[in-house]
Amino acid sequence: MALTESRPLELTTGSEVVDSPLGAFVRPQGSTGWRSWVTTVDHKKIGIMYGATAMVFFAIGGLEALLIRLQLAQPNGQVLSLEAYNQAFTLHGTTMVFFVIMPLLAAFANYLIPLMIGARDVAFPRLNALSYWIFLAAGLFVYSGVVLGEIADNGWFNYAPNSGLTYSPGHGIDFWVLGLQIAGIASLIGAVNLIVTCLNMRAPGMTLMRMPIFVWMSLVAQFLLLFAIPVITVALFLLMFDRLYGSNFFNVEAGADPLLWQHLFWIFGHPEVYILILPAFGIISEVIPVFARKPLFGYPFMVFSGVAIGFMGWGVWAHHMFASGIGPVSVAAFSLSTMFIAVPTGVKIFNWIGTLWKGNLKFSVPMLFAVGVVSQFTIGGLSGVTHAVAPADTQQTDTYYIVAHFHYVLFGGSMFGIFAGIYFWWPKAFGRFLSESIGKWHFWIMFAGFNLTFAPMHILGLQGQPRRTGTYPEGMGWDIMNLLSTAGSFLIALSFLVWVFNVVRSRTNVTNDPDPWDGRTLEWGTSSPPPAHNFDVEPTASHLDEWWHRKYDEDENGRPVRRESYETFAQPGFDASTIHLPSPSYWPILLAFSLPLISYGLIYSLWFAAVGGVLMIVAMYGWGLEPSVDPDAGHGGHGDDHHDDHPTPDPTDEVSSMSEVGAAPVPGA
Amino acid sequence: MTVTDQSHDPDSPTAVIDRAPHREDGPLDGHATSTGLSNEKLAMWVFLGSECLLFGGLISTFLLLRSRDVPDRVGPEVSELYDIPFTSVSSFVLLMSSLTMVLALAAIQRGDQQRLRTWLVTTALLGATFMAGQVYEFTAFVREGLGFTTNLQSSAFFVLTGFHGAHVTIGIVMLMSLSVMSARGSLTRQRSETVEIAGLYWHFVDVVWIIIFTVVYLIR
Repeated sequence: MALTESRPLELTTGSEVVDSPLGAFVRPQGSTGWRSWVTTVDHKKIGIMYGATAMVFFAIGGLEALLIRLQLAQPNGQVLSLEAYNQAFTLHGTTMVFFVIMPLLAAFANYLIPLMIGARDVAFPRLNALSYWIFLAAGLFVYSGVVLGEIADNGWFNYAPNSGLTYSPGHGIDFWVLGLQIAGIASLIGAVNLIVTCLNMRAPGMTLMRMPIFVWMSLVAQFLLLFAIPVITVALFLLMFDRLYGSNFFNVEAGADPLLWQHLFWIFGHPEVYILILPAFGIISEVIPVFARKPLFGYPFMVFSGVAIGFMGWGVWAHHMFASGIGPVSVAAFSLSTMFIAVPTGVKIFNWIGTLWKGNLKFSVPMLFAVGVVSQFTIGGLSGVTHAVAPADTQQTDTYYIVAHFHYVLFGGSMFGIFAGIYFWWPKAFGRFLSESIGKWHFWIMFAGFNLTFAPMHILGLQGQPRRTGTYPEGMGWDIMNLLSTAGSFLIALSFLVWVFNVVRSRTNVTNDPDPWDGRTLEWGTSSPPPAHNFDVEPTASHLDEWWHRKYDEDENGRPVRRESYETFAQPGFDASTIHLPSPSYWPILLAFSLPLISYGLIYSLWFAAVGGVLMIVAMYGWGLEPSVDPDAGHGGHGDDHHDDHPTPDPTDEVSSMSEVGAAPVPGA
Repeated sequence: MTVTDQSHDPDSPTAVIDRAPHREDGPLDGHATSTGLSNEKLAMWVFLGSECLLFGGLISTFLLLRSRDVPDRVGPEVSELYDIPFTSVSSFVLLMSSLTMVLALAAIQRGDQQRLRTWLVTTALLGATFMAGQVYEFTAFVREGLGFTTNLQSSAFFVLTGFHGAHVTIGIVMLMSLSVMSARGSLTRQRSETVEIAGLYWHFVDVVWIIIFTVVYLIR
């Protein structure tokens, strides 16, 4: 078989050819240089790549938002044509949901979950790399449509039949449909991987109810992804078949039900909003106890309210459709369920307040952002409850009130939570501090800009300004509020630049302190940045907040007393060569980039698809035949003691070589 | 035919799955996994959970579109064209492939590579027979004037059964890959779980077909 022949193919990049019997490509080695990033399977590097890529998309999505706000700053705006305006808000919504917040939360989940549960890596390191590259391929694919001038213009939920060929000719919607389809594959693979990691890779003693709350909230969000992604996959397939192959799913002339898309989309779409917020809840639930110097108030309540949100999130989707005529019984039922889902969310807000209550509060930058989430998300949550009141919702539907609401939960909640996490874990991930003083400028400018942008939208919406409408005439009484909102959006942009400046400045702000905030969870017990194998000493857990309990005893009054000495997971001079980590691989990136090729093929010419299909098959078999730990890798210590069970490791025998790190690919995957 | 005998075989899929041995070597440098299930098997279960929603969405779509009352419908109704005896036979063939899949797993657990390959190839052939039946059915429908684009029902029918067929085809590729691995000697007895995981997928695809056959063909 060509893939296993002994002579490797030379890479066009001029990489050094080393004889390797295992694959068409030389097995990449080494941990520095661009190649180590392209081929990495290390969950920490993948997490950083997720975060960096998503921040680039955040800047792009922010520029689109500025265009929207410039157009609306004054009556009869002339900045964009109406067509370009539609494209701008479609791209803005799609980018921010699928290519910013979801991957940023994936960045945190990838980086932190293995560290927090005391594992060396995720369950399937190569699949983890695959999810990242597929996500990147999806983002590049959608934006390649922008370069080609094929831009969707139908809003982020892209209602059919308006998105059918009749009303949306051209390929813009096709790029959107196929791009999201690809992004969905990335999310699905990531969900399977992280669920198995959370359930199966926990350190000894790390029971489910000792898992850090961020891991819990991410686990719930991954389950939501697992079940929500296939539903939008169905919707996207049906729309794709309609547009490319002439089927009739959304063809109203043939008798189709125009509500089919809305139902499928929102059965995905409502769990999706919890996918976007629950991990951010987890982040601030880690940050607040550290800066209040108290354990999280009511940890089991926090866990079960998160799980309750996960279940109830499936029973509220039709509140997005109150104006579509679904009938009084449905409206009443979904009104009730929507009101009920406010209960577990309220539980969380009270628990954060309970954690802050009588705490020894220190308002460092992560804490400022976390408290920002608590206050702003409460506003967004309350305006959300008003949508549960169907008569009021019928009035608010498709006005700026809705835009105000979901920005308060997604920006005021998710993005502020993400920035809390970025400031909090930056010293852990990079061994460098983001500056506190610049960070405070960042927070206050963003806080002011955010509220200035979105608070006026409540009023605009109640005054009747419709969303997704590119101009408005003079004399509607909307002028001042729109101008304020536009000014606020530029403040947000300024705060982002302050953050970028802070990141650049952090290069010189080196810290060797592995535990600068006096943290509570396992990741603070290893060095900063953590070594590739995460822990020199394998962690065990006997408490919730295990790391805190290693540092502190209680005196007779129950007050914490810091111990004289305690064991960390980092040991100077530790010989890492005895630890077998999964080896880097070229196959994930090659497999990932076969998907956009196939998608171009579906849109333009099947020749692209043929090339993509061949690449995909080659990559899958190359992957399958490549052991996930390279026997030639210079780990040393690869002696017989590790192969007692498998005295004759076969080059193609993944599982035997896998067993040392517990990270095997799914057979055939 | 000995339908009843075989369906009461003690080697029913669930029985074998339950008593299959767990892999001894776990995730963290030799420790057992937290749940006791191997990562690969847990991943397959989790993935199949996701697949339930995929087929759930497709079946719901079919039911919704079938129930639409379209006065000026083009072409025949799908239900006018069903050949229930023919589809029953091909459904039976697919069900029997679950039995041979179980026999393949039992063979590798005994270390019987010869039988393993026999049953894997048999399973793949039964799956291929089912697929041949689907191809025949599709061409028959098109000949009767019911193409993919003819009307609402036809689009929903072809997409639903086509998605299932694609899953069967992927399963056949998996089975053939396992046979090749066995022939090359890399599918050892210690790795019997690989066969078990492929079996989970195969049984799932069978179960989905039982639902599709009932809901789409039998219940009008």
